[in-house]
Amino acid sequence: MTKLFIPLDSFAVACGADAIAEEFAQLNTDRGLSLEIVRNGSRGMAWLEPMIEVETPDGRIAYGPIEPGEADALVDAGILSGAGHPKRIGKVEDHPFFARQTRHTFKRCGVTDPLSLDDYRAHGGLKGLERAIGIGPQAIVAEVTQSGLRGRGGAGFPTGIKWKTVAEAKGARKYIVANADEGDSGTFADRMIMEGDPFCLIEGMAIAGVATGATKGYIYLRSEYPVAIDVMREAISRAHQASVLGTSVMGSSRVFDIEVRVGAGAYVCGEETSLLDSLEGKRGQVRFKPPLPAIQGLFGMPTVINNVISLASTPEILAAGAEGYKELGMGRSRGTIPIQLGGNVKHGGLFEVPFGMTLGEIVNEVAGGTASGRPVRAVQVGGPLGAYFPVSLFDTPFDYEAFAARDGLIGHAGIVIFDDTVDMLGQARFAFEFCAIESCGKCTPCRVGAVRGYETVKKIIDGEKPAENLALVEDLCNTMKFGSLCALGGFTPYPVMSAIRHFPEDFHGTPMGVAAE
Amino acid sequence: MVSQARYDEGEVAEIIADHAGLEGPMLPILHGIQERFGHVPEAAVRQIAAALNLTRAEVHGVVTFYHDFHKEPRGRHVLKVCRAEACQAAGSDAIADAIERALGVKFGETTDDGQITLEAVYCLGLCATAPSAMLDRRIVGRMNEAKIGALVEEARL
Ligand SMILES: Cc1cc2nc3c(=O)[nH]c(=O)nc-3n(C[C@H](O)[C@H](O)[C@H](O)COP(=O)(O)O)c2cc1C
Ligand code: SF4
Ligand code: FES
Ligand code: FES
Repeated sequence: MTKLFIPLDSFAVACGADAIAEEFAQLNTDRGLSLEIVRNGSRGMAWLEPMIEVETPDGRIAYGPIEPGEADALVDAGILSGAGHPKRIGKVEDHPFFARQTRHTFKRCGVTDPLSLDDYRAHGGLKGLERAIGIGPQAIVAEVTQSGLRGRGGAGFPTGIKWKTVAEAKGARKYIVANADEGDSGTFADRMIMEGDPFCLIEGMAIAGVATGATKGYIYLRSEYPVAIDVMREAISRAHQASVLGTSVMGSSRVFDIEVRVGAGAYVCGEETSLLDSLEGKRGQVRFKPPLPAIQGLFGMPTVINNVISLASTPEILAAGAEGYKELGMGRSRGTIPIQLGGNVKHGGLFEVPFGMTLGEIVNEVAGGTASGRPVRAVQVGGPLGAYFPVSLFDTPFDYEAFAARDGLIGHAGIVIFDDTVDMLGQARFAFEFCAIESCGKCTPCRVGAVRGYETVKKIIDGEKPAENLALVEDLCNTMKFGSLCALGGFTPYPVMSAIRHFPEDFHGTPMGVAAE
Repeated sequence: MVSQARYDEGEVAEIIADHAGLEGPMLPILHGIQERFGHVPEAAVRQIAAALNLTRAEVHGVVTFYHDFHKEPRGRHVLKVCRAEACQAAGSDAIADAIERALGVKFGETTDDGQITLEAVYCLGLCATAPSAMLDRRIVGRMNEAKIGALVEEARL
């Protein structure tokens, strides 16, 4: 039996992996190859996807990017014994992009069969939950607090403190909600872990359940992720069959169940209170705070709402202890962060490292600059509500506070690279347009401001009173920043103002086509 | 292919009943109806309101809030093209223009033969294999001219 790994991850599937898997399966029958095809997650080197791996006596040898129609020739070339080939990558662990990482949360992603609980266990899975059940709620909360883990959804709130609040809150029921809405452009870490190591999220949610006394978990998963929805649902059902979930979690007296709920295409539903309203079956409008969701969340009950990566980071923290995690990172940003590299990028994908690398190291060294081969001009960090950074700020270390000090944010750690053909005036207009499309409509600065902003930037593009209109845009940004109820309206000024501040040469009022030159 | 079954009171009742036991059954019900009929007919809104003890206006408000739910029928296929930043950086604006030309419709519109609805989507989580698109439930990365042709061809079938 030769094991052949062909990813089921969306990166690979979107580039033909299902067809490739079928071709190999067909060859397997036709030629009697005795292949065992495993649909694994992605190792995160997206530019090499679909990347297949063959298990050989010398380790797993990777080849990529593979295209549909190549299987025959690959087998003829002897790749099933690891033979040389122009697309041979060698061992993933030896690849510079991979070797430089500290794989903590993503240590199993791409390595294991995502839907095999045995494989999960064999690679250290369920140790965290086992220990959590043993040490009990207070010790779990203490451990997560000590690790220094901060929410990976964007706001960077300490996860341990959130769990403590829910643990101490009183309610007839309590809930754990995984925020898998991942709407930020340039981000895909939640998707990758759900597709590549779904049991890790399940385990993290169960640990949160034990820590807080919650018995029910929901994964609010965006409808734009069809693969993740299928994998997650199957994993939950298998976890049930194996009594990892259910009325006796891992044989203990704990009860915990998880259900996937599919979103309906509203970006704002990633905002936690809007998400809760959506889960309850309402319009996804942002709630006024207080009360905090931790006190009165889903159906009015105490609720932990965490990003997928926050939750998926906890099994390893519990299994290996807080100290190892806490040692990594810089300042108040502890542990590792899965950085996502996208856009016009040479080596795009997911790169997990301790906080602290500079933006320049990440963009130039790790990502290798642009795919177009043209110079990098701007990078947007933290999704559509994040600032655009020019090359002159590439010394900024990847750290929550360092980014804030430069009027930017890390958000969910997506970095989108643009080359020198980008027109920043156009990007500023898009920031307003996106806010206008996705505004929940609850507050005026956002609902009206976004539309006004869009129209005003359009006027600048058309060369209509550029100086006056630019001043108006800045004014609008101020109103939105300080008058909006949530960060959709409140942070849209980040991309707009950073574009104006760092790329003033694009805002001189000439038509867009000219400005881009 | 989008299922475009004709509205059927019994079927809607069944979809509602299937999800009635859930906490917060509204979105699962609406997804079920949208999936089955290709839209959420007004008659279904009435049925949901009655079943969940809500007003029609409340249900209507939910349906219209979300991009995934539609009050009117649309194309037999839905082609979503990502218009968000990472795809923009990788040249999605040109892809989007070319698709509009190939289909002869603008974003938000349906071809005259009712075959394809073209829609913008904001990020499919494929930002490192951009530009991205999705035909019904099938995702496509590294969009280029050749792939546009193949996708449009497929959607026309
Ligand atoms: C408009 C908007 C969209 C958001 N989208 C997401 C999202 O897709 N995923 C996420 O985890 N957090 C998102 N957030 C942040 C959440 O409100 C919340 O802070 C987070 O889920 C808390 O989890 P954490 O502490 O683990 O980060 C969004 C916030 C806003 C204002
Ligand atoms: S800022 Fe925008 S999205 Fe947020 S609550 Fe106000 S209107 Fe809704
Ligand atoms: S909350 Fe009402 S105007 Fe902002
Ligand atoms: S921005 Fe297009 S897939 Fe993420």
